[in-house]
Amino acid sequence: MIQEAISFTPQLTATPIAGLLWLIPAVPILAAGVISLLKQPKRKTSSTLAIGSLGFSLLFSICAFLHVLTGWMHGQAVRETVNFTWIQVGTTNVDLGWVLDPLSAVMLVMVCFVGLLIFIYSTGYMAHDENFTRFFCFLALFAGAMLGVVISNSLLLLFMCWELVGLTSYLLIGFWYHKPSAAAAAKKAFLTTRVGDIFFLLGMVWLYAQTNTLLFYNQGAGSIETGALTGLLAAHAGWGLTAAGAVGLLIFAGAAGKSGQLPLHVWLPDAMEGPTPVSALIHAATMVAAGVYLIARVYPLMQAGALTGGTTTALTVVTFVGASTAVFAALIAVAQNDIKRILAYSTVSQLGYMMAGLGMGGVAVGMFHLITHAFFKALLFMGAGSVIHGCHEEQDIRHMGGLSKKMRLTFFTYAIGMLALSGFPLLFSGFWSKDGILEAAQHWSVAKAPFYMLVFGALLTAFYMTRQVSYAFFGSYRGHAEVHESPKVMTLPLAILAFFAIALGALGTPAWPWFRAFLEGHSAEYVGWHVFFEPGLPALMCTSALVVFVGLGLGWLLYGNRSPRAEEADILEQKIPLLWKLMSDRFYVDEFYGLTFIPFYGWWGRVADFFDRHVWGGLVAFTAWAFRMGAHLSRFFDHQFVNGGFDKSCEEIAAGGGLLARIQSGRVQAYLRILAVAVAILTVILIWSSRA
Amino acid sequence: MTVAFYLISALTLAGGLAAIMLKNTVHCALALTVAFAGLALLFLGLDAQFAGFAQILVYIGAVAILVVFAILLTRGSETPKDGVYSKHWPTGLVIAAAVFAVLGWAVLQSMRVLPSQSQAPVVTVQQIGNELMSRYVLPLEIIAVLLTAAMIGAVIIAMHDKVENGSATNKEAAK
Amino acid sequence: MTPLAGYLLVAALLFAIGLAGALTRRNAILVLIGIELMLNAANLNLIAFWRYGPHPEALTGMMFAIFSIAVAAAEAAVGLGLVIQIHRHAHTTDLDAMNRMKG
Repeated sequence: MIQEAISFTPQLTATPIAGLLWLIPAVPILAAGVISLLKQPKRKTSSTLAIGSLGFSLLFSICAFLHVLTGWMHGQAVRETVNFTWIQVGTTNVDLGWVLDPLSAVMLVMVCFVGLLIFIYSTGYMAHDENFTRFFCFLALFAGAMLGVVISNSLLLLFMCWELVGLTSYLLIGFWYHKPSAAAAAKKAFLTTRVGDIFFLLGMVWLYAQTNTLLFYNQGAGSIETGALTGLLAAHAGWGLTAAGAVGLLIFAGAAGKSGQLPLHVWLPDAMEGPTPVSALIHAATMVAAGVYLIARVYPLMQAGALTGGTTTALTVVTFVGASTAVFAALIAVAQNDIKRILAYSTVSQLGYMMAGLGMGGVAVGMFHLITHAFFKALLFMGAGSVIHGCHEEQDIRHMGGLSKKMRLTFFTYAIGMLALSGFPLLFSGFWSKDGILEAAQHWSVAKAPFYMLVFGALLTAFYMTRQVSYAFFGSYRGHAEVHESPKVMTLPLAILAFFAIALGALGTPAWPWFRAFLEGHSAEYVGWHVFFEPGLPALMCTSALVVFVGLGLGWLLYGNRSPRAEEADILEQKIPLLWKLMSDRFYVDEFYGLTFIPFYGWWGRVADFFDRHVWGGLVAFTAWAFRMGAHLSRFFDHQFVNGGFDKSCEEIAAGGGLLARIQSGRVQAYLRILAVAVAILTVILIWSSRA
Repeated sequence: MTVAFYLISALTLAGGLAAIMLKNTVHCALALTVAFAGLALLFLGLDAQFAGFAQILVYIGAVAILVVFAILLTRGSETPKDGVYSKHWPTGLVIAAAVFAVLGWAVLQSMRVLPSQSQAPVVTVQQIGNELMSRYVLPLEIIAVLLTAAMIGAVIIAMHDKVENGSATNKEAAK
Repeated sequence: MTPLAGYLLVAALLFAIGLAGALTRRNAILVLIGIELMLNAANLNLIAFWRYGPHPEALTGMMFAIFSIAVAAAEAAVGLGLVIQIHRHAHTTDLDAMNRMKG
């Protein structure tokens, strides 16, 4: 069911909460600034500052959420915006601002809460690392930037915070920069998301050119409000697309980069080079969710022009990309052996689910899965971190085993997370959120293919998670280290997240669709149990439950309590070696890029260098040479003509003087002669003048 | 123009010519004297008797003698070996001719307007004396000073250096 | 030709002769002789103009000529004294040789 366009009551004056909303991202960024000035040994100070700032942001986010909640409970849909002009050039303005509405409130609370737990977890995980202070500085900066993305009301401000999030992701992936693989992974992440960001920027520029504003909501004048959307729909962009569709697709390209959708997913698995808290926070719960959040934010634009019950080109593309990514990544995850890499591909797959959910079911469906996924994926990553920490930095699952007895709490919470991810029926939040997506897919008018793809993906998800858990926790221990449980500071966040992995499911059941109602701004009717008897819904729930059980069973069957040694081939590998090889080698996407885009880029770089060095450089050198020649010419002229001329004239004057001096012969008679001549001439002149 | 005028003019001019052309300097001085005499006669012809006699007294009696003395004191009687005329004598001749041409032209041009008083003036010495004492007393006194100064100056200039030193030492010894 | 013009011409000629002598002869004394001739020519000019000009009873020309004679005498004395002194130093009265003031 696609959500209709919502009209919120416009707020003329923002409440104090909304006015101070900017503090939520500002305080962590400020904390990051302060931590950056601290010296390395100040570990307690830096972690306290970071955790304190995010705690403050959490409290404030809860206040904002409650404000929206109370507004909603009184039947008044809250969307408060605070906009201000940043740059003014003549009559054109560039405005920035922030918005407080249900979508941003929910996301704020999630980011702050999960972030805070991961911060606390990091104090334990990174306790032995010497760059502790730098880690917390980057973490705080990331948190601030992510919160900035969430509250932003302007596409420009969102983009700026988006880039900042990308920067901190780079800094954190390459945290152990002396490891060449980590530095390469960081660079890969940055460049791959950059490719998406170029399209995002193009879409942003187009939107601005078309609607003359980048604010989302501006009392009817925003770029995704009705007025602007009509204009966007009227403009055509080629290939049968309207401007709205084209801009939507461009923005989706940016989201695809950040959220690791199919062609641009290559950076996410490599990003596991970073410390596990980083993987948990950035690459599971928050940053990768930013792409999904962006699409949810500009949903009116994506949806513009859709007839009731129909869909737009942009959303169709989103759906298919999402569904393909879901299956593709799930297939690869089956054949991986690094505990974090399995989870990374799982994240890519689940992001595909979210995108498909957005495309087919609307904002509420996609966002619900985002929220639940954030909790249980963070839980899984932190659990994996706990396992790695307990096995003394061992990451290969073939060298683990039997940890269920040695790391009880970790195992218990990890199992909860795994079941939530697989979508174990009824109890776990993952079931309800994934079911929402499957339900939307089932009723999608365009095609049925995404539904089947997503169902197959659910099967694979259950299968590979069972495989991973079996390898890691069941059987006998195949490693060489002294295994121990992780400290309380690490296991406590796991427990908290596990609780939410179960509890959050209650927010989005069809019986009481509270989440959807909250996001859409209308009251939530408690529908009751009878909804489960409406046609279609029980069948779907049974189908998805069956799929989960089949996946779990298959996994248990193949891997169960066996503990194959690392040198042995995987059972599935023995059975379907060719397909296994394909999956294990990640369908050769990275190799493909290495053969096509990257050499082309290198070649282009060489061309540019040649151009710069020889053409422009030659031009510059030539100009310099010409100037030097000009200088030489000038000097020549000056020397020959000016100096020479001057010297020559002086010589002539001296010669003339010498000539004149000859009159002074020293002989009296000569003077007398001259006198006589002068007298004669004078006489003549006098007579002549007197005559006249 | 009486014949006397022409003859006396011829004599004067001849004397002048001889004075500048003769090789022997003493002969030049003597020719100069003849020229002076001719001029005195011309003055007499012009009824300027006092000027004529003054010419004889001063010029012939003093200046010519002085010139002869100077010639003798400077061994001017010896003929120089390079010739008596200077190197650039044609230039001088031409210039002199040019000057004469100009003067002559001026005279001839203004012949119409030249005055011609035919009545001869009567000039007595008493008149000259009266004039000297009344109208020309200042020039007279100045001439007196001039002559004194010239005399003293000429003596000083022409004095022997030895005599000068000697008189100086005499003066010191006298003190 | 009026009598005055005749006298004037004679004076001009005498003047030119004196100038020629002053310009062409080497001996310094002969230059002085030339100068004397020139002065005498001027005197003749004065007397002629006195005789034939208006108001000869004013005796202007005569007085002028007398004073001119006196000055000429004084000048001759000093000039010849100078020539004698120069001869003592340079042992010659050749004017061509006296070019110490050459510029």
